Amino acid sequence: MLRQVLKSILKKPVTIMYPYEKLEMPDKFRGKLKFSPEKCIGCKMCMKDCPTGAITINKIGEKKFEAVIDLDKCIYCAQCVDSCPKKALEATKEVELAQLDKGKLRVIFDAESQKTTEEESKK
Amino acid sequence: MADPRKFKIPIGPQHPALKEPESFSVALKGEKIKGLDIRLGYNHRGIEKACEGKTFIQDVYLLERICGICSHSHSTCFVQAVEEIAGLAVPRRALYIRTLVAELERVHSHYLWLGVAGHEIGFDTLLMYTWRDREAIMDVLALLTGNRVNYGINCLGGVRRDIDATQIKEVIKAIDELEERTKYYIEVATQEVTIIERLSGVGILSHEDALRLGAVGPTGRASGVNRDVRRDDAYAAYAELKFDVITDDHCDVYGRTLVRVKELLQSFSIIRQVLKNLPDGPIAVRAPRKIPAGEAFNRYEAPRGEDVHYVKANGTEFPERVKVRAPTLANIRSVKQMLKDRYLADMPIVIAAIDPCFSCTDRLISVKHDNKEKEVMEWQALRSYSIDWYSKRGVDFTELNKKLEEKFKHK
Amino acid sequence: MSAIFSILIFPGILFISVAALFAEFLDRRIYARLQNRFGPPWFQPFADFVKLLGKEEVVPKDANAVMFKAMPIFAFASSVCAFLYMPLYRQNSLFPFNGDVIVVLYLLTVPTLAFFIGGWYSTSLYSRIGSVRSLMQLFSYEVPLFIGILSAAVLADTWSLSQLTVFYGEHNWFWLFNLIGFAVCLIALLAKLEKVPFDIPEAETEIVAGSFTEYSGRHFAMLRLTLDVELVVGSSFLAAVFLPFGYSFGPIIGFAIFLLKVLFIIFLLSVARTVVARLRIDQMVNFCWRFLVPLAFIQLLLNLIIKGVIVR
Repeated sequence: MLRQVLKSILKKPVTIMYPYEKLEMPDKFRGKLKFSPEKCIGCKMCMKDCPTGAITINKIGEKKFEAVIDLDKCIYCAQCVDSCPKKALEATKEVELAQLDKGKLRVIFDAESQKTTEEESKK
Repeated sequence: MADPRKFKIPIGPQHPALKEPESFSVALKGEKIKGLDIRLGYNHRGIEKACEGKTFIQDVYLLERICGICSHSHSTCFVQAVEEIAGLAVPRRALYIRTLVAELERVHSHYLWLGVAGHEIGFDTLLMYTWRDREAIMDVLALLTGNRVNYGINCLGGVRRDIDATQIKEVIKAIDELEERTKYYIEVATQEVTIIERLSGVGILSHEDALRLGAVGPTGRASGVNRDVRRDDAYAAYAELKFDVITDDHCDVYGRTLVRVKELLQSFSIIRQVLKNLPDGPIAVRAPRKIPAGEAFNRYEAPRGEDVHYVKANGTEFPERVKVRAPTLANIRSVKQMLKDRYLADMPIVIAAIDPCFSCTDRLISVKHDNKEKEVMEWQALRSYSIDWYSKRGVDFTELNKKLEEKFKHK
Repeated sequence: MSAIFSILIFPGILFISVAALFAEFLDRRIYARLQNRFGPPWFQPFADFVKLLGKEEVVPKDANAVMFKAMPIFAFASSVCAFLYMPLYRQNSLFPFNGDVIVVLYLLTVPTLAFFIGGWYSTSLYSRIGSVRSLMQLFSYEVPLFIGILSAAVLADTWSLSQLTVFYGEHNWFWLFNLIGFAVCLIALLAKLEKVPFDIPEAETEIVAGSFTEYSGRHFAMLRLTLDVELVVGSSFLAAVFLPFGYSFGPIIGFAIFLLKVLFIIFLLSVARTVVARLRIDQMVNFCWRFLVPLAFIQLLLNLIIKGVIVR
């Protein structure tokens, strides 16, 4: 043990100084979800299979759907990605999702703008 | 207080030695332990009941979260039970991938235990080193499954993620490195004077006591109980793999340490075999949403011992009953025996030596007295029932049973 | 005026406190690096100290408040006092007198006793077990520590720290005779500082924080500082007794050499606590009486013989 210990004095510490250095997530990583509204057919299988009820699909027009994802409810199991028959959902590598404002944890993917908008906190 | 040297101190529910809330009330005389009261139930989360309100697909993720360390154990055990009810033929490739993740999990769990044990005896350097090396396994698991804990690799009928050649290379690289380190830790555990001083002769659980109290996993195997579900009731791909069941006759914490570090080497060999013989083919079959009525009972060798799931389905999407018995529940009773007349200083390491996971353990059973149609089963009847149940499925216990009876006649 | 300066500023309370906190940083940093970690930044002990000063103070309901609050101050004062007798940059300390070796040894014992009393009066069960353990430990390591240090003094034929350094300054290589005693005292110092493998009185995983369990806020800060001061005082005491060279180059270089010696001892202590597990109290008592005490006596015998044969 002593030899091993004295050797490590000369070694660089293995600590990774997060947040200054960040690690790359592996390809299969299950991070924040991404929703592609144009692919969605509104079958709501993802809603049915989600263990925590974190995802909601709303109909906002003729063949147009939006997804509301509660990031604080999501357990990042990516079952919805598997359940989706049209591959409208996708898990990204994004992990840094901590927020002080709880309202920002509710992400709405809107078909109209085709862009992610973050709804302001509402009480 | 009549005798000022005699007093009771609470270890827990909140205590630095325990990583989860659990209450041990210790009666002390000086530094010696004279009595011990264990109270479970501070971590009850109602998971079994919650399972009944969710579909089978959702339950896989819920049960995976019973334990943060042996999460794959619980989900595999449940999935296997459901597959048995539904009569699904899981592809071989899926079984191999499950086995791979299971063994990687065992490696990470045993490494974690080694660090915790080091910390409990005040050897923080061991903690830092083992946990540093454990990172390699965590990274491999993230690479294969998509997350460091709660892998989410299982689904009904197979696994969710396939592995490819580059990943196999990564795994083998990590395994090679870790095997080297494991050999070093075996050296440390068997040669460091202070470690041996603190571990050997501590928390003695004799072979008879281990059988009587039903110790499972490394706790039992360190007392010479030669049992391992992987061999005795082979599931997943274990029937096709070659490995030894490590036992030890030290009967103390030192023996448990040896069993665990040697099991690491076995795990590495299993992982190598799995990667070498990985069959081709699909990774999952389609599972029905509605599981036909029926019940199943599944055993699984988790890193901490035998994990048991019972599932009853009634033909809908929701299970009627899910029962989980985590290995810690089987082992916790032996702690009292181990701590008899020991020093207070041995308490943390003896508790840690069974590798307790209290939140897995906490289950609630309420017995209703007004049920008229109850059937009372005596211990003997229950045992012969279980032996029958297993012999129907081709597991023979008559040999083992004879041995057991002889042992107790002796007493 | 100069006396007040030396007591309050250099080498008194202010200097020793800063040095002690810095020593804690060094100890933690070396410990971390030995474990292949990064370790805390240099201001961490200072930040901890300041934070503790601002925290709410809780005195247990059943505790004897006077004793409970007095003990940390008592412990701190006595350990700072001991530092005044260290030969820092010249062979004489600030207030040398014949017998200060013994006084320093006893001043270093006082904090342990204060921990015992403070822990006992805080009425918590964890504290009481910790207190009894620290007292039991005291009886085990004190004997080898005393004999080890006194045998060096026996060789020099003086009870004064200043005389001792003068003697070893004159007989250049005589300190090499004391190496056994040095090793014994290093181990005993580990026990005194309650560091692994002898952190039995405050074994975190068994009895939370031992005697300190109920302390919070200012008084806990004081106790922490006391332990750090003890680290510096103990290391410099060993440096003065067992590594008594390098005073002949004038005050500034002498002071630098002295600091180096202290750092070396702190480094040895850090390495020692990295490679071992915590012992049990019975094992600790056994170890001290079976190995340390005989070794210390061998040292004493050796020094008596050397004194009879060579020094005369």
